[in-house]
Amino acid sequence: MATYNLNINGKVFKTDVAPDTPLLWVLRDHLGLLGTKYGCGMAMCGACTVHINGEATRTCILPVSSVSEAKITTIEGLSEKGDHPVQTAWHEVDVPQCGYCQAGQIMTAAAFLKSNPKPTTEEIETAMSNNLCRCGTYHRIREAVQLAATKMK
Amino acid sequence: MKNTNNSRRDFLKSAALAGGGFMLSFNWFGKEVFAHEVATTAAADFAPNAYLSIHPDGIVSIFSPNPEIGQGIKTAFPIIVAEELDVDWANVKVIQAPLDTKKFERQVAGGSGSIPHSWQRLRKAGATARQMLVEAAAKKWNVSASECKTEKGYVIHTTSNKRLGYGELATDAAQITPPTDVKLKDLKDFKLIGSTIKNVDNKPILTGQPLFGIDFYREGMLFSMIQRPPAFGLKLKSFDASAAKAMPGIVDVVSFKNKVAVVGKSTWEVKKAKDALKIEWEKDGNLESTNDHNKLFKELLDSPKAEVRRKEGDIEEAFKNAAKIVESEYQCPFLPHNPMEPMNFFAHVREDGVELVGPTQTPANAQGQTAKLLNIAPEKVTVELTRMGGGFGRRLGTDYVLEAVEVSNLVKAPVKVIWTREDDMTGGSYRPAVRYRFRAALDKQGNMIGYSLRGVGINAGNSTRENNFPSGAVPNLLIDSVDHKSPITTGPWRAPITNFLAYAEQSFIDEVATAAGKDAVQFRLDLLEKAKTSPTGPVRYDIARMKAVIELAAEKSGWNKKRKGVHLGFSVYFSHASYVAQVAEVVMKKGKPVLQKIYAAVDCGVVINQSGARNQVVGGIVDGMGHAMYGNLTFNEGKPNQSNFNTFRLIKMNEIPAIDVHFVDNGIDPTGLGEPALPPTGGSIANAIFKATGKRLKNQPFIEQEEKLLDGIS
Repeated sequence: MATYNLNINGKVFKTDVAPDTPLLWVLRDHLGLLGTKYGCGMAMCGACTVHINGEATRTCILPVSSVSEAKITTIEGLSEKGDHPVQTAWHEVDVPQCGYCQAGQIMTAAAFLKSNPKPTTEEIETAMSNNLCRCGTYHRIREAVQLAATKMK
Repeated sequence: MKNTNNSRRDFLKSAALAGGGFMLSFNWFGKEVFAHEVATTAAADFAPNAYLSIHPDGIVSIFSPNPEIGQGIKTAFPIIVAEELDVDWANVKVIQAPLDTKKFERQVAGGSGSIPHSWQRLRKAGATARQMLVEAAAKKWNVSASECKTEKGYVIHTTSNKRLGYGELATDAAQITPPTDVKLKDLKDFKLIGSTIKNVDNKPILTGQPLFGIDFYREGMLFSMIQRPPAFGLKLKSFDASAAKAMPGIVDVVSFKNKVAVVGKSTWEVKKAKDALKIEWEKDGNLESTNDHNKLFKELLDSPKAEVRRKEGDIEEAFKNAAKIVESEYQCPFLPHNPMEPMNFFAHVREDGVELVGPTQTPANAQGQTAKLLNIAPEKVTVELTRMGGGFGRRLGTDYVLEAVEVSNLVKAPVKVIWTREDDMTGGSYRPAVRYRFRAALDKQGNMIGYSLRGVGINAGNSTRENNFPSGAVPNLLIDSVDHKSPITTGPWRAPITNFLAYAEQSFIDEVATAAGKDAVQFRLDLLEKAKTSPTGPVRYDIARMKAVIELAAEKSGWNKKRKGVHLGFSVYFSHASYVAQVAEVVMKKGKPVLQKIYAAVDCGVVINQSGARNQVVGGIVDGMGHAMYGNLTFNEGKPNQSNFNTFRLIKMNEIPAIDVHFVDNGIDPTGLGEPALPPTGGSIANAIFKATGKRLKNQPFIEQEEKLLDGIS
């Protein structure tokens, strides 16, 4: 066990866990931040995506010991009032079916649009294609990323 | 009424405790809890039935009883109630009702059956309340109820223009005797039904608030992961849990029914301890491999011991007299359901009863089977429904619910059982593998005078749908099936049986049309005309409705307008009481077929919510395409070869075609949409690829059959 002071969503969270505990399970089991989802445990689906120092990162295989100094943003901290342009675009397009993968999709899209504010459709597809959606909402995800890009100008 | 929001308070508690000195914002849930508590405690509320409650402030709580798996029922049901109640959607709060077998019927997510079952009930619930509010207002104004109308949550006296809000009338309306004769709206007066309404859970979904079963946390709750037999046909011989028990955070290791459960204080700790278990397994049945099944299928296709499902005319005579015979076989593999939220469930077995919370498509079964397992009365078991991260039929089963009950009962504590993705993908309850043999006899004019279908499956039961198309249209017909009992467990998978039968049948019909020298659309229309004018027996589908979707899909896709270099494939299927026709559009690029578009014509009767309905149709097509192209679960000596998304391929965003959806507007009572768009998809794609390349895709997944042909598909 080791003590970590994690910088998450602009606050400091103190937690005492084994160093190899994936950040995903620290967020969920120890800090009550439940928006980040478990999907595969091998960084194949993207449901567990958060921002580590601004980069979209999968947390299901990321030991907490490797992010003790990092600036972490989860879906809960993406915006104060749930009004990040990506979140509002997702609502306007009415993307979700079951909704389980969408936090990971949104975190991936938000980091992507920050680095590429005016993406082509192909660039969106490349950026988003490793986030799985079992319900098949890909058309709406693509449309929402396009819409969010216009809002972020 | 029971409080449905224990879970939300538990989340609050958990968050406040875990962080020490921080408080997460759960505003959205806080509001819902508040509204619900008002609904259940305030005497001034007007709650004429189980579906709704009107508060003095004008806010309407609508209770949605059916499980939400992503099919949109939590949005669709309240739309129907609100429509007949005639209330402003902005003032509606939707609340998931817990299992309540006294208040509600059929709290099930399955078979695309929720909407057809509840359509009239929901309308009546809203209309009854509306009528009582009108009577309350009329009494207050001392006028006749017939002089009053309603609009967006107000009763209006038409001659004087006096108006009162529903909230202001709530107390008085509660005193009115509920009418027995309720007038429902005319379809033309619908304002909400048929409009575009967003998912009622968007806000919590998009801001990461806890909603799903896996998000349920309770103070003092223990976590459990379970080691199940690693292959179908094995059972537990012995286990050594000493290493696991010595690991940090581990509370206990228990065993039941060939399973070993690790119980501890966090998910990661129980996961690591589960991996440290030393278990010996022994043989308990056949250890079957995919190669065994492939051989078996060939034997069963010729087996004399088939169960006849439908027989008409003289099939042998028809084939003897045929001018042309077409024969073909199609095969589909096992598939796991793979909902994104892995199986999980919370159970607390106490002296006085059992509390269950989690994702289930069949809460009443969860209750009943828990009661049976523990030998207690069903009333002693409460079930709270969480939103589900997908279902696809997997959560119709209760195996994972009963595991939580067993573990909680053994360790005498509240327990949440969680499956890893590997547990989920190797844990069974698969879509069964099936092989079909079709034969068709054609006369000199190209009429189908004989048709036979044999389905052979692994734990598939009846792998045919004997009263579906083209039954009724062919005078000499034989449909039979053979089933092989296997240790590999199977279960319903989105659009059971039809999710692969439709592909096989619609591909074969295309082969027959080609052999008869007829257009694929016209050939189907001709068969339907025969079923109408000279039916050979009962048919389950409505001929006029099937024709209508065929014609609409043909029109929208420009079926009869030849476009250079564009190859179209057709399919149509009736399933779960809805009708879907599809045209897939393929072009050749650098010698490879590229699927660029799928047109869908859908008849589900009245469309409740344009946004939700389109989402279901598009999602169903993407699902059907993804699994037809890539989905494959194979076995080696009873053990699945694929166990996670590195080896089991799901469709991705850069692999989807454009999808163009059209609904038939016929005003018929609505049917479901969770499943019907999926079945025709494999067929339309395979038929378009045949047109483009001359090659028939006779096995799923397509990608493994014709890798070279298909690697250009995008």
